[in-house]
Amino acid sequence: MPLDLHSLMPALPEMVLLAAASAILVLDLFLEDRQRVVTYVLSLVALVAAIAAALMVRGDGTQIILAGSFIRDPLADALKVAMYVIGLLAFVYARGYLESRALFKGEYYVLGLFAILGMSVMISAGSFLTAYLGLELLALSLYALVAFDRDSGSGPEAAMKYFVLGALASGLLLYGISMVYGATGALDFATVNRMLRSVDAERTVLVFGLVFVVIGIAFKFGAVPFHMWVPDVYQGAPTPVTLFVGSAPKIAAFALAMRMLVDGLGPLQADWQGMLLILAVLSMALGNVVAIAQTNIKRMLAYSTIAHVGFIFLGLLSGTTDGRAAAMFYAIVYALMAAGGFGVLILLSRHGFDAENIDDLRGLNKRSSWYAAMMMLILFSMAGVPPTAGFFAKLFVLKAVIDVDMVLLAGVAVFFSIIGAFYYLRVIKVMYFDEPVETAPLQAPGEAKWVLSLNGLSILYLGIFPASLLSACLAAVA
Amino acid sequence: MTADLPILSMTTWLPILGSVLVLGSGDKAPAVTKWLAVGFAVATFLVSVPLYTAFQPGTAEMQFVEKAAWIPAFDVNYHMGVDGISMPLILLTTFVTILVIIAGWEVIQYKPAQYMAAFLFMEGVMVGVFSALDAVLFYVFWEAMLIPMFLIIGVWGGPNRVYATIKFFLYTFLGSVFMLVALIYMYTKSGSFEILEFHRLQLGMKEQVLIFIAFLLAFAVKVPMWPVHTWLPDAHVEAPTGGSVILAAIMLKIGGYGFLRFSLPIAPDASNQLDLMIIAMSLIAVVYIGFVALVQEDMKKLIAYSSISHMGFVTLGFFIVFIIMARPDAHGGAALGVQGGMVQMISHGFISAAMFLCVGVLYDRMHSRMIADYGGVVNTMPWFAAFMVFFAMANAGLPGTSGFVGEFMVILASFRADFWYAFLAATTLIIGAAYTLWMVKRVVFGEVANHHVAELQDINRREFLVLGALALAVLALGLWPQPLIEVMDASVEHLLRHVAVSKL
Repeated sequence: MPLDLHSLMPALPEMVLLAAASAILVLDLFLEDRQRVVTYVLSLVALVAAIAAALMVRGDGTQIILAGSFIRDPLADALKVAMYVIGLLAFVYARGYLESRALFKGEYYVLGLFAILGMSVMISAGSFLTAYLGLELLALSLYALVAFDRDSGSGPEAAMKYFVLGALASGLLLYGISMVYGATGALDFATVNRMLRSVDAERTVLVFGLVFVVIGIAFKFGAVPFHMWVPDVYQGAPTPVTLFVGSAPKIAAFALAMRMLVDGLGPLQADWQGMLLILAVLSMALGNVVAIAQTNIKRMLAYSTIAHVGFIFLGLLSGTTDGRAAAMFYAIVYALMAAGGFGVLILLSRHGFDAENIDDLRGLNKRSSWYAAMMMLILFSMAGVPPTAGFFAKLFVLKAVIDVDMVLLAGVAVFFSIIGAFYYLRVIKVMYFDEPVETAPLQAPGEAKWVLSLNGLSILYLGIFPASLLSACLAAVA
Repeated sequence: MTADLPILSMTTWLPILGSVLVLGSGDKAPAVTKWLAVGFAVATFLVSVPLYTAFQPGTAEMQFVEKAAWIPAFDVNYHMGVDGISMPLILLTTFVTILVIIAGWEVIQYKPAQYMAAFLFMEGVMVGVFSALDAVLFYVFWEAMLIPMFLIIGVWGGPNRVYATIKFFLYTFLGSVFMLVALIYMYTKSGSFEILEFHRLQLGMKEQVLIFIAFLLAFAVKVPMWPVHTWLPDAHVEAPTGGSVILAAIMLKIGGYGFLRFSLPIAPDASNQLDLMIIAMSLIAVVYIGFVALVQEDMKKLIAYSSISHMGFVTLGFFIVFIIMARPDAHGGAALGVQGGMVQMISHGFISAAMFLCVGVLYDRMHSRMIADYGGVVNTMPWFAAFMVFFAMANAGLPGTSGFVGEFMVILASFRADFWYAFLAATTLIIGAAYTLWMVKRVVFGEVANHHVAELQDINRREFLVLGALALAVLALGLWPQPLIEVMDASVEHLLRHVAVSKL
């Protein structure tokens, strides 16, 4: 088949990203350390260009190119834009932190761009192999990013754990994919789906493969019992990297689950529903309970992530359009909250000091009531208290779950979110009720402060006017 | 024509806008901040007055209705409206908030802007709770209320404030999330989040019981009813005066309002089935908590327990109707019970606010809430003593004060149900008088206890204004409760007619 360049248009955002990342990689070699800001600006420009490209190629229909391995549909459009925006946030927040630690190297941004490219490919994956390709590109970039501060002890250690466990999970996923391939003879989601519906495929092999695929997805999400890497990586990695790892990949993991489980293995819903149910309940239970015991806020947020993943799975397992839209809403809102939360931690850090413990937020209201308010919004949003976006995220998921008559499951979910409320409240308590230990003013580049304020206010805005994002999600998964 | 203006939205959002501006004014010019806060509180009250003057008392229809699409995909609407049950509570809210803000004038030195802003924000969301006709809107306001209260207790509270405020938050949160599940469940049944649609929804007995229990968890914690009342004494003791006032005067009422707006009309058969349980819980609150109040040594704790005991009357009045309606000879008494509960809520809003403000006046001067630290206050603060004795009398249910009207109506209704309910409820007249007057005796009367009391200054004009306004309200409602009862009459009748029809 002759390659027609015009037919590749739907992949324009990925092409932009790839070209930009490669160009910046080369250009960065010729820059001196004091000119590093050029890399930074160019990376932001690359992301903005990618957003523009994604908006340019968006449309209602589905376009499938490269023999079924690449899809562009409303879901891909929406998720890509959301993910690029989160990537932008991560890049902006990172600068001040990296500069103050002599870590302001081009690698952070280049690796970040490649990770975003990987996620983009995952989102648009039309076949198991494309998804796997994107996943590995993301994972390899993240392993390197986690070890980015190579002189610190904990970063490389976390990266090592992440790498070993991640490689294992990738292996399991690949194994599952091979089973599915064996049973259906196809790798692209559309064909697999068709085969599963029409042909009486080998069920045992399929379900066997499905188990491994679900494990792979659960690992990427960090769902219990495949969550072991999450707290260590969150704690060990430099905060800007934690921010990156903890936010945008959740959107990509959602896409991965949508593509593989719904688009590809949708006919096996009855089988994966039960698996996701167990993962969801375990994640909510363990995440919320263990988070209470943490004194390190990065670790606490790691367990909180695990609990939130449980909620995303609840939306997915309901199997309805509303449920998928709710899960998507949740994933996007969560990414926004995580970016903001770690953003505040970055803001509080400075040369020689990392805001890592809950106690480091002591008396923040006295030091800066504005950023204390932003952090409070984010924490209440994570706890699911209105009027914040986190409440509607939970509401929509609960509604989807009750829609399919799983009222008891909804009861379990809200029960664990009460437990979860406690540790968020404890952070708010430290910020508002305790005396500050230090009074040093907050240092951060101006643009990071502005973006952080926007980030916090967007959570409030989505908590008062959730309709726009919700209808976008509904349109995307329809 | 006032009916064309979105009065409910204005009453809701004006104080919230005010809180943003007050917050923005910062702490650099405290005087500006305070006047701004008072200005917004007064303006909100003025805006809310047409709710009473333009109210049509003859109908149970929702009035001042506003409706706009909010989340069209799930048919969630911004739907506001009031009837005779919610309108008086909104006026109570806007009235008490002014007093609270004035009461915090000099007392609050630490971050006054945040303090005032928190109260204004809370005023807005409380009005929102009373006027929401959409379940999601209601729930958003209901939960949003927790945030400012959490901060008020935690930031400006007493020594044990962290424990108290986290307990307060988690208790209320625990109660309300199950209500959320019930609301969503009803949405999946009816396809709409309209509360009035829920009223019409046909539900089986098992569903009704589960929904009733989910609501009970939410409202019983809020009221609070025995045995889920334990957060209230802690919260009251640690909260700053203003926080205690809002908590007692309005937040507790939201629980009572919830019973009338949700539990009774949505699950009438379950309410009928479980009425004895609620009546028992109410009577335990009235009698047992009354005795608990008797032994308190902390004035705020005493008033907190007194609040629980008085709120027992409210729930008693609401649920006694099922027993009355079961007796074919006494239909007229049913309305009396609900109306008595409503009057009791409004009256308790004034009296508890006044009592907490009285304790606040003493606390500001002596920094102690212990009864034992006082004695003979009348010698140094005669004006204050007059007010305190008056409010104590009202708290004990003296005829001529508002405290009497509600209690009397509920006791009268109880008589039509069963003599022994009325007997137990009436013991409060003795126990209530005992704990309140005994406290007054020990604090206000007698010899001057120590040199701190001897140095006390009488109340200033600001405090006089606040207490005087409340005294007038207590007297007015006590001598002439008719306007209040007229306003709610049609709505209560409508509610009872609705409740009398089984959904099974």
